[in-house]
Amino acid sequence: MAFNIYDFTTLTHDIHVGLAESFSPFLATTIEWVIVGVVYLLFVALFGLFLVYAERKVCAAFQQRLGPTRVGPWGIFQTIADFIKLLMKELIMPRKADWFLYNLAPFIVIIASFLAIAVLPFAPGLQSLDFDIGVFYLTAVSSVGVIGILLAGWSSNNKFSLIGAMRSGAQILSYELSVSLSLLTMVIFAGSMQFSVIVEHQRDAWFIFSGHLPAIIAFVVFLIAGTAETNRGPFDLAEAESELVAGFHTEYSGIKFAMFFLAEYINLFIVSAVAATVFLGGWMPLHFGNFESFNHVMDFIPPVIWFFMKVLTVIFIIMWFKWTFPRLRVDQILTLEWKYLLPINLVNILLMALVVLTKFHF
Amino acid sequence: MSEIKEVIVKTDRLATDKYQVNMGPQHPSTHGVLRLLVTLEGEKVLNVQPHTGYIHSGIEKMCEAITYPQIIHLTDRMDYLSAHMSNEAVALCVENALQIEVPDRVKYIRTIMDELTRLASHQLWWCVYGMDLGALTTFFYGLRDRELILDIFEETCGARMTVSYNTPGGLMFDIHPNFQKRVKDYIKYFKTKLPEYDQLLSGNVIMRERTEGIGYLTLEEAIDFGVTGPSGRASGFSSDVRKHQPYSAYPLVKFNEILDHRCDSLARYEVRIKEMWESISIIEQLIDNIPEGDYALKMKGVLKLPEGEFYQRVETARGEFGVFIVSDGKKNPYRIKFRSPGFSNLFALNKMAKGHKIADLVAIMSTLDLIIPDIDR
Amino acid sequence: MKSFIEYIVSIFKGVWTLLIGMKITGKYVFTPWKHVTHQYPENRDTLVMFERFRGEVIMPHTDNNEHKCTGCGICEINCPNGSIEIISKSIITPEGKKKRAIDQHIYHLGMCTLCNLCVKACPTGAIVMGQNFEHAVWDRSKLTKVLNQPGSKISEGVKE
Repeated sequence: MAFNIYDFTTLTHDIHVGLAESFSPFLATTIEWVIVGVVYLLFVALFGLFLVYAERKVCAAFQQRLGPTRVGPWGIFQTIADFIKLLMKELIMPRKADWFLYNLAPFIVIIASFLAIAVLPFAPGLQSLDFDIGVFYLTAVSSVGVIGILLAGWSSNNKFSLIGAMRSGAQILSYELSVSLSLLTMVIFAGSMQFSVIVEHQRDAWFIFSGHLPAIIAFVVFLIAGTAETNRGPFDLAEAESELVAGFHTEYSGIKFAMFFLAEYINLFIVSAVAATVFLGGWMPLHFGNFESFNHVMDFIPPVIWFFMKVLTVIFIIMWFKWTFPRLRVDQILTLEWKYLLPINLVNILLMALVVLTKFHF
Repeated sequence: MSEIKEVIVKTDRLATDKYQVNMGPQHPSTHGVLRLLVTLEGEKVLNVQPHTGYIHSGIEKMCEAITYPQIIHLTDRMDYLSAHMSNEAVALCVENALQIEVPDRVKYIRTIMDELTRLASHQLWWCVYGMDLGALTTFFYGLRDRELILDIFEETCGARMTVSYNTPGGLMFDIHPNFQKRVKDYIKYFKTKLPEYDQLLSGNVIMRERTEGIGYLTLEEAIDFGVTGPSGRASGFSSDVRKHQPYSAYPLVKFNEILDHRCDSLARYEVRIKEMWESISIIEQLIDNIPEGDYALKMKGVLKLPEGEFYQRVETARGEFGVFIVSDGKKNPYRIKFRSPGFSNLFALNKMAKGHKIADLVAIMSTLDLIIPDIDR
Repeated sequence: MKSFIEYIVSIFKGVWTLLIGMKITGKYVFTPWKHVTHQYPENRDTLVMFERFRGEVIMPHTDNNEHKCTGCGICEINCPNGSIEIISKSIITPEGKKKRAIDQHIYHLGMCTLCNLCVKACPTGAIVMGQNFEHAVWDRSKLTKVLNQPGSKISEGVKE
């Protein structure tokens, strides 16, 4: 089986051919689905663990301290210890809670995250779903997560969970608009909604360089709206409102809480990956137009590594937001969206359309 | 058409329920064990009723069984962030009652330690304030700077927070030979860090949005409630004991009393930051000029105050702290009463928080800089 | 029109203050080796407390197992909450006179507030503040200590 780290299509092609020869078409397809599912599950689990550890270490670096150092060398087994602790906790359910919805809510949130991960291009050949309406599908599917949050608040039979869930729901719904509009700006620039085409168009220069001013504005707006989407950073009143009112996942314990917790970090990964794909070139190495030797040197690094470097950079910037700024109040969050981000987005779309029509870009 | 109009008018005001919520004694944001009974209507705060007494230790009663030098170590534990100033209040009260004058060296050292304590207290206030607002890194920056002051205390007095350095008649021991150098190095270091506090929190647009116009306390209300200290000075209430009735070396230093007339949370915040600059300037004026001399007068083994009532007030980081001693000639006080600044400041919270949202309540309480053992004693 | 210009200017001003804040935290995150954490249990060998640090009250003994405590009881009188109990006994000096000596100097570490009044009041300097701060024990009776070691006696020449 040829394993070419620069282009995974050879690997996937070999696996497909191998399965098709040995099994019937129906069985081969089913086995492929299972393989893809297991790979994604493993990736989500491992990356989630890694992100929790990275958050603690990065947070410690901001605060001039060390972070986890005792569980394993440099504390790398800290997250595993935390998850074992969460698994061992008793699963309590409030008495009058709606049993079916209460247990369903964490799953909906995780399912929404998985659906969104499926379309992301990790490397040439490592993309499981390649719709020609990729961006549209992504924004549609990430809205499904809101249902999980609202269900969690409603079914807990707790006044404060409901308030927290409704606030969180209002916040996520408002910022969906900003996310979609800023992605739409780049779709106008790229000319297509399909992710692989978007990445392919960035072969000469990443969109953030070639689509100068409107792309930069769209990137900043996307970062702000993306952190608000994931209930993170300066927009985390839903969880930190446990000052007085508890958040929507207050009645959850053990593995269900772990699922909400994991879903938050996977959402962080998705927002970063979309930012990296649409603005920073996905798995495309850094090319500068006609400098052949420079491009050739950049090509030596495998595209998978490029993708993860970009994702980790955007994740770092989002973490930087969280550990620097104070929290916004709920009315200020909504003011920010409706009175500031939305008009900026609309003007930006107009600007980008002008730029594309007059071909005033690199 | 008229039917539609009627419907619109009828549903103009939706009735909402009033409900009461306990911000209970165990709470991450109440800076101690304080119970607040908050009456809410939807998101708006209607009434805040504090219930104190969860950490009442009977300090005033305990003081009736011990002698005057032994009271000092108990006053450490009340307002633990202004420990030195509370100690100094008791020492000054006893010295004034016995009508003795301490050497100049003692006065200078007491004032320098006062201002260092004020710096340390304001640093802790700043870091906890940032944390209450959600900027979690400010907690560590404030503590990192405060640790160096605590090292200075530890080298000279022997303890970091509950210093017990004063004693009626002077100090317990002389300053350590390294004291002046350490303080000068620290001032130089801290002058580079204090502008960072401004850049990280004060100028931040999010912080301004959350504190401007929030928690209004007019001058008349401040005087009515007796809100002294930086919280009162932000409403324009000029009550600094260091200016009005100076004690120790305060008559010899030049400093400004920071007054602000905006009366909101942002004003209370900025008054404290400016006070930190003033403290630095006071320490700079005094640190090189400590006169030579004794570090304490020779006192009798057993101190007996003459009969009568004696009062002494000092300016702690929170406000005016008063010690009232009723003596009947014996070696124990007959009754000792502490006027704590936190107690008066706390009860202005109701006035300040009415009409604001829940998220603002915690921010407002944080600007008051309350230490609960000071309130409950 | 004026409010529109104010709106635009407020956006730029707001973003600028946020970027300044990020610069401060950025300065610290890109220099993680300048952390201020002390790795406590591992650095016990090099950890030196200040000499005036009040950890507990101890009675220093010389190599000949001698101390300076005369059993006068002034420290017991000065202690605010009764953390010291002096049990003295009578001994006969070589000259044949009766003298008071210390039998047991009982110190309740569990009650001591480390106020330093006993050390200051001691006329011979027999007790001092030690720098040990690791007092956690599993059994509360271990917090009641007898400060004078068994078989020790007072040094020569210690004046009352």
